[in-house]
Amino acid sequence: MSVIVFTVILVLGSYFAGLLGSLTGLGGGFIIIPLLTLVLHVDIHYAIGASLISVIATSSGAAAAYVREGITNIRIGMFLEIATTAGAFTGAILATYLPPHYIAILFGFILIFSAVMSLRSKVEQIITEPSPFARKLKLSGTYPVGNKTVAYGVTNIIGGFFMMIFAGLISGLLGIGSGALKVIAMDGVMHIPFKVSTTTSNFMIGVTAAASAVVYLQRGYIHPGIAMPVVIGVLLGAASGSKILVQATSSTWLRWLFAIIIAVIGTQMIYNGIGRNI
Amino acid sequence: MVSEETSKTRKRFKDADMQLIIGWILRIGVISSMVIVVIGGIVFVYRHGHSIPDYRTFRKVPDFISSPMGVLEGVIHWKGQAIIQLGIMLLIATPVLRVVFSAIGFMMERDRLYTFISLLVLFIIIMSAITGHIG
Repeated sequence: MSVIVFTVILVLGSYFAGLLGSLTGLGGGFIIIPLLTLVLHVDIHYAIGASLISVIATSSGAAAAYVREGITNIRIGMFLEIATTAGAFTGAILATYLPPHYIAILFGFILIFSAVMSLRSKVEQIITEPSPFARKLKLSGTYPVGNKTVAYGVTNIIGGFFMMIFAGLISGLLGIGSGALKVIAMDGVMHIPFKVSTTTSNFMIGVTAAASAVVYLQRGYIHPGIAMPVVIGVLLGAASGSKILVQATSSTWLRWLFAIIIAVIGTQMIYNGIGRNI
Repeated sequence: MVSEETSKTRKRFKDADMQLIIGWILRIGVISSMVIVVIGGIVFVYRHGHSIPDYRTFRKVPDFISSPMGVLEGVIHWKGQAIIQLGIMLLIATPVLRVVFSAIGFMMERDRLYTFISLLVLFIIIMSAITGHIG
């Protein structure tokens, strides 16, 4: 396959990856890595490197808009970034030692897990009394809902912190944003409101990915010929995805459709990993 | 009481200020790095459009773009892959720059705890960058 054909295919594929990633809230990496490895037979290390770069682009682009709306909690983000960057660094180092087919199998499991998690019905519990540790760390905040502002507190800091180390590790190891894991840590464990946890998670993803990208860059995993079409395609796809998202409210059948697609891709990754085709 | 009130409003103002600055850093970083990547991509495809790359087996990136100095030299010689790599480096630097500005912002707010936390995050990233090639 010539450079021009490869580039065109990858820009188009990445566009749909970015679109689907934005609609499901799982991020572009989930589709990019299977596309590169299973369809285009690119080495998984290059795929992880390219995906990581697209993760930084989309999360930074989205965070720029969110942060100005005042929903993102910069203190929660900053504090938990200690955990995610430390995890991401460990993950990136681990990725250089792990055989490719193990990475593929792990990727498949995380993919299926995320598909299941995206289907769960969420119950929001806003805590008004923060835990003493949370108060010390000044993690409480407010966010705008229409004309009102809602105040919230945070609890279970230690549990959330450890979950974030894991999220960072997965992000550094697999080259994905692992936004699903970050959101679980924040709204599941720490009881941060959905709107705040999704935007703050997005805010943290760029820094987390950068911490492992500096390792990948030096190891020669980030190839310009692959990263270029991926980052352009994913960013454009994510931009159109966010426009659609504003117009359409999430319907149940659409969520099921996406979850099934993602679970099938995850199974493919596991299957090919076990067969050592990756 | 009065002094606490004024310090509180000043602090709130600073937080909003910081959000605005962070928003701008991220926006400018993403836009400028993407412009550079697109320019590099056009040069690369124009020059090498018909060559057949092999990405099936991992062989690291070409030598001339494996170090920051090599990338800069390649950019001067108008090499497509080097220009793309420069854009990618700028993109990676964008969230890191955000952490640097958060540290400065918290310092201006006299928030010692969060100045320390921001610097700690920065330290982890720098450690990662320094030790990345070992192993």
